[in-house]
Amino acid sequence: MSQPQTLYDKVWNDHLIHTDDNGTSLIYIDRHLVHEVTSPQAFEGLRLAGRKVHNIKGTLAVADHNVPTTDRSQGIADEQSRIQVETLSQNCADFGVQLFDMNDKRQGIVHIIGPEQGFTLPGTTIVCGDSHTSTHGAFGALAFGIGTSEVEHVLATQTLIQKKAKSMRITVNGTLPHGVGAKDMILAIIGKIGTAGGTGYVLEYAGEAVRSLSMEGRMTMCNMSIEGGARAGMIAPDETTFSYLKGRPMAPQGEEWDKAVAYWQTLASDTDATFDKEITLEASEIAPIVTWGTTPEDVLPITAHIPSPTDFEDAAKQNAVGRALEYMDLTPGTALTDITIDKVFIGSCTNGRIEDLRAVAEIAKGKKVAENVKCAMVVPGSGLVKEQAEAEGIADILKEAGFEWREPGCSMCLAMNADKLEPGERCASTSNRNFEGRQGRGGRTHLMSPAMAASAAIKGKLADLRDFY
Amino acid sequence: MQKFETLKSIAAPIRMTNVDTDIIIPKQFLKTVKRTGLGIHAFHDIRYHEDGTPRADFPLNKPEYEDAQILITGENFGCGSSREHAPWAILDMGIKCIIAPSFADIFYNNSFKNGILPIKLPQEQVDELINEAENTPNAPFEVNLQNQTIKRGNTISFEFEIDPFRKHCLLNGLDDIGLTLEKKPHITDFENKDREKRSWIY
Repeated sequence: MSQPQTLYDKVWNDHLIHTDDNGTSLIYIDRHLVHEVTSPQAFEGLRLAGRKVHNIKGTLAVADHNVPTTDRSQGIADEQSRIQVETLSQNCADFGVQLFDMNDKRQGIVHIIGPEQGFTLPGTTIVCGDSHTSTHGAFGALAFGIGTSEVEHVLATQTLIQKKAKSMRITVNGTLPHGVGAKDMILAIIGKIGTAGGTGYVLEYAGEAVRSLSMEGRMTMCNMSIEGGARAGMIAPDETTFSYLKGRPMAPQGEEWDKAVAYWQTLASDTDATFDKEITLEASEIAPIVTWGTTPEDVLPITAHIPSPTDFEDAAKQNAVGRALEYMDLTPGTALTDITIDKVFIGSCTNGRIEDLRAVAEIAKGKKVAENVKCAMVVPGSGLVKEQAEAEGIADILKEAGFEWREPGCSMCLAMNADKLEPGERCASTSNRNFEGRQGRGGRTHLMSPAMAASAAIKGKLADLRDFY
Repeated sequence: MQKFETLKSIAAPIRMTNVDTDIIIPKQFLKTVKRTGLGIHAFHDIRYHEDGTPRADFPLNKPEYEDAQILITGENFGCGSSREHAPWAILDMGIKCIIAPSFADIFYNNSFKNGILPIKLPQEQVDELINEAENTPNAPFEVNLQNQTIKRGNTISFEFEIDPFRKHCLLNGLDDIGLTLEKKPHITDFENKDREKRSWIY
């Protein structure tokens, strides 16, 4: 055991149950988050096979993808959405799984509520039938998204069959310039490695710029690991992590807390540990970023212009850029700050936390959403985030500025509920995917940080938040 | 799960890179509580016009590819979300094998759980196969999982790599949960020891 280990090695080894001769391993899963979209078929599978949920305490369910963000007192209007949410409630009742239902103030996006409740803990393995499970890696957990067959597997056995991934460390040195934050940093990383750059790897984010982030910022970074192709991204737990978790309802208490912290402090990568790949960025070189195309690697600083297919050498990339420009209805050479928007979406598991809403309020205070913006929607990540934002006066500032203040859920990040773009509409969005049709068929998404989305809302165009300082 | 041993079928080309899970099965179809019936919605936005009529430029809408059970496509296929609705939809439309230079991890994994064989080949070989599929659509490809080969007539014969455990499960149509439950004593043993070390987890 004297060999130097990475954070990933340590968490992996502490969860290894058995390895077959062919290198296939069975690993223990500590925490399983469940939502309504990817679980019904898994519960049905258990029922058909007469199986139970192996560890009730390690399982937590919430409805988030389908729930309306408007008044919920009349239930869900869309029949299919309603059936899916009711199916989750029934399954949780039948199998004894704890559920935060739509009217519980702890309800929210699955990746917001896990950390908020202290269900997410350092050094754990966490899975969910959702690719943004990588969010929880911010706590030094090994957290990744799984399909429904694996949801069923975890429910039945509390384990997963896995092969160990390769390791990549991404170090961001130095201090971020004013107005540049976690979202810009992760978009810059995805721009550098590409949307498939992390395929087959578990990422570890390191360096002064990462270490100085709050837990909210760390979650934003780890959340988008999957947009770089990596199933998981991790950050070593430290005092920032422990002070965030202390006193949370599901976090250990008293002596158990002390014992846990002592263990968590052993998890950071050993100084001489080696990684299969190393990437380094300088924080001082990162500017406020927006995406212009239809994959999250299509990033540019806000001061740049729309590229031309001929700016790229690879023929497949040229084709993809041409298709993206056509879909996005953009002309090469256009300044990003000349692009007019129709809607603004602030929320999602990437940027639906209190710190994100504070950043929006800071820009929006005393200003008005531009007239050409049809809807600027703010969707808090959970009922508790909403309550806190209301207590801090953020909700009043935003409503005064002309933003819509909604109930918590996934909302227009993936547009499964009524919140969506109409064909041709252009949106400044704090979410994580700018794929074709992601926010509604024919909708055009530009990804950016909460403060940048707020700036766009005020100007009615993609905007440089530094103009507001 | 259905076994996968050999497959003889024509192949449909989708000349796109980064085909994401929102393209494979858009969100409005994720509201089902079943695994079946998604095939007609697969690739919805690139397969149908807004009025619901088929788009002539989508390969699987062309008569020559109608019965294709193999897809040949570009790199990073299946990127995006973890929705298993993506392989469910593809399987439900009759596709049992996907050939690409690379796949997104979660999609790749989900495919095996549903008896779909995803084959990674070098870009040059994928280019050759996709050209063949476009130039002479009617000649079938033969995929043999046991031998790990793809053949077409006397002109093409490529070998592919696959993880031995996944191959074994696919060849025999094995259910992962059943396999894991055979290791129950190992799981119990792990939990008992881990409870000493990390009592706050339990």
